[in-house]
Amino acid sequence: MPPDLVSRATTTARPRFRNWFAADPTITMLAALVVIATVVFGTLAPTRFLSGDTIRAIAFQMPELGILSLAMMVPLMSGGLNLAVISTANLSALVMAGVLTNLTHPSTPPLGIIGAILAALLAGMLTSLAIGFLTGVIVAFFGVHPILVTLGTMTLVKGVAVLATSGTVIGGFPQAILFLGNGSLLGIPVSMLLFILLAAVVAVVLTHTPFGVSVRLIGSNERATRYSGVATEWMLVGVYVVSSLLCWVAALVMMARFNSASAGYAESYLLITILAAVLGGVDPFGGFGRVLGLFLSMVLLQLISTGFNLLGFSPYLTQAIWGATMIVAILIAVIRDQWIVRWWPAKSK
Amino acid sequence: MLKYLRAPFHRHDVQIGIIVLVMGAFFSALSPGFLTLSNIGDLLENYSVMAIMAAGLLVVLISGGIDISFEAIAAVSQFLVAVILVQFGGNWFTAFGLAGLFGALLGIVNALLIYYLGAISVIVTISTMTFYFSVLMFITQGKSIYNLPNWFTSDMSFLSIPFPVIVAALALLVTLVLLSRLPVGRQIYGLGGNPEGAKRMGCNVLGLQCLAYGYSGFMAAIGGIVQAHRVEEVVPYALIGRELDVLAAVVLGGASLSGGIGTVSGTVLGILLLAVLQNGLTLVGVSSYAFGVVTGAVILVSVTATAYAAKRQKRRGLRYAS
Repeated sequence: MPPDLVSRATTTARPRFRNWFAADPTITMLAALVVIATVVFGTLAPTRFLSGDTIRAIAFQMPELGILSLAMMVPLMSGGLNLAVISTANLSALVMAGVLTNLTHPSTPPLGIIGAILAALLAGMLTSLAIGFLTGVIVAFFGVHPILVTLGTMTLVKGVAVLATSGTVIGGFPQAILFLGNGSLLGIPVSMLLFILLAAVVAVVLTHTPFGVSVRLIGSNERATRYSGVATEWMLVGVYVVSSLLCWVAALVMMARFNSASAGYAESYLLITILAAVLGGVDPFGGFGRVLGLFLSMVLLQLISTGFNLLGFSPYLTQAIWGATMIVAILIAVIRDQWIVRWWPAKSK
Repeated sequence: MLKYLRAPFHRHDVQIGIIVLVMGAFFSALSPGFLTLSNIGDLLENYSVMAIMAAGLLVVLISGGIDISFEAIAAVSQFLVAVILVQFGGNWFTAFGLAGLFGALLGIVNALLIYYLGAISVIVTISTMTFYFSVLMFITQGKSIYNLPNWFTSDMSFLSIPFPVIVAALALLVTLVLLSRLPVGRQIYGLGGNPEGAKRMGCNVLGLQCLAYGYSGFMAAIGGIVQAHRVEEVVPYALIGRELDVLAAVVLGGASLSGGIGTVSGTVLGILLLAVLQNGLTLVGVSSYAFGVVTGAVILVSVTATAYAAKRQKRRGLRYAS
């Protein structure tokens, strides 16, 4: 190998700035974009944007999309995709809502309500578990492309939800459930705490457990992972089970926020979750990605949405900006990679 | 000898065709209203818009990409053309011509972004879908256009074949010619089957991608015009959210998401499968709320069976591989 290539292959020979810049370019870029967005909106609407109310509003809006994006991120890391996240969340919300409304009445004693909530949680969890298991088995053991499988499960699961409810909404839940969506602990929304907790758990699972490492390896090179002795099939089943269970938690947050469940909630979020995960640096081909990146991309998207809202723009424009943000992020990555090579060429030692 | 007799049954489009025929026979046995000329006409007309858009999506899938933005492109083109027609008037040529132009341009934007950013097509087209559709909703504020010219909304037919069906047939025919009769069509197959190989053969990758995504946008816009003609109004959010249904139909027809595989005949059969299923269920008296369950189950069973058959064929040492 010529000396020039050797120095490029090792990071130690890089100048300090470049080393820092390239440590995790996505995180750096996202953090920079978050700062820029804060400064811009803070300048344009100083009194309203930099207020506690705004921050609390962001913290209330973020968990729903955030948890759904986590559910999308795990399959993405394995080189797959789960198009059924929204429909899974809606169906398990409906199952939980059905159990809750059937078991509780205004006169139910507190103990009965606790029992009903536990039963509902269990039923919702089992629903998600079953969907995730079915998806995982078809993906892993039949070798069907995850987009196709989850396209099928999405249609099927939504179909079941529509058939069961005839498209109606089920609502009216006990206070304890609503607390999840509207309550706060120490000034921080409970749902936000839940999102942070889940994000931390997913981060630890992806980086520090054999399962997580296998998932990332499968995303990089499935065949090599199988030949090195990993039971890739069962790991893939696990991926979709974890994804579905995250949908179950998202379902809880959603029903608590809306105080109702329906087959058609949050459908516009489906493709946004993919966008958010990829914006957060998750490689759509699998193998690479960090929960911190996803978290920063959630913050960025919410800042943009809240900021534009405060400036009086239509919510549709916000979505357009989200789409443009994604393109700009890819553009920045392309330009950055070229500039790094051109402006801070590696010095051979 | 038996081998040669059995060989056609291992072809995907033949299998789907048999399933469609069996289902058709089943529904016509259960419901006398199924196999009537008027019902078949309605069925074809109802799915004509989907067929037009599927023709465009098929080309992108064969080229090894995916297009999620085509419904948004259709909505944008539909709206622009409607505004122009209401303001300045026009005829069918201007309607289709302008729609095709807008659609192709928006599609080419996708291709340029994918090529120059080196980004995966699904991400780029999700982004552009979000962008196109949100800008459209921002500009229209979700308001519909009802005062379309009379010549645009009045029903037409040729030899008692409804106008949408004729357009769909033409769209599929043009796609067939493009894919299997023109050299550039074979290059699209090559690009999808082996991008690196196609590049080294001297294929113009940027040009081919512009053609594939531009064609998808073009067909989507044509489909949008036909849809507006059918429902006699332009509703900005009427089309959006159906992109995955069209994708399901094309995939049921045997197109591969990894590129290089797919046929027009398969796509037609994939759409017919969904059409016959939903129409038949309605006639038999099944609630429309059950459509999703049945459609989802059909997609799951079909893709699983296809993948399983491919796996077994591979294990048997490609005995029936054509």
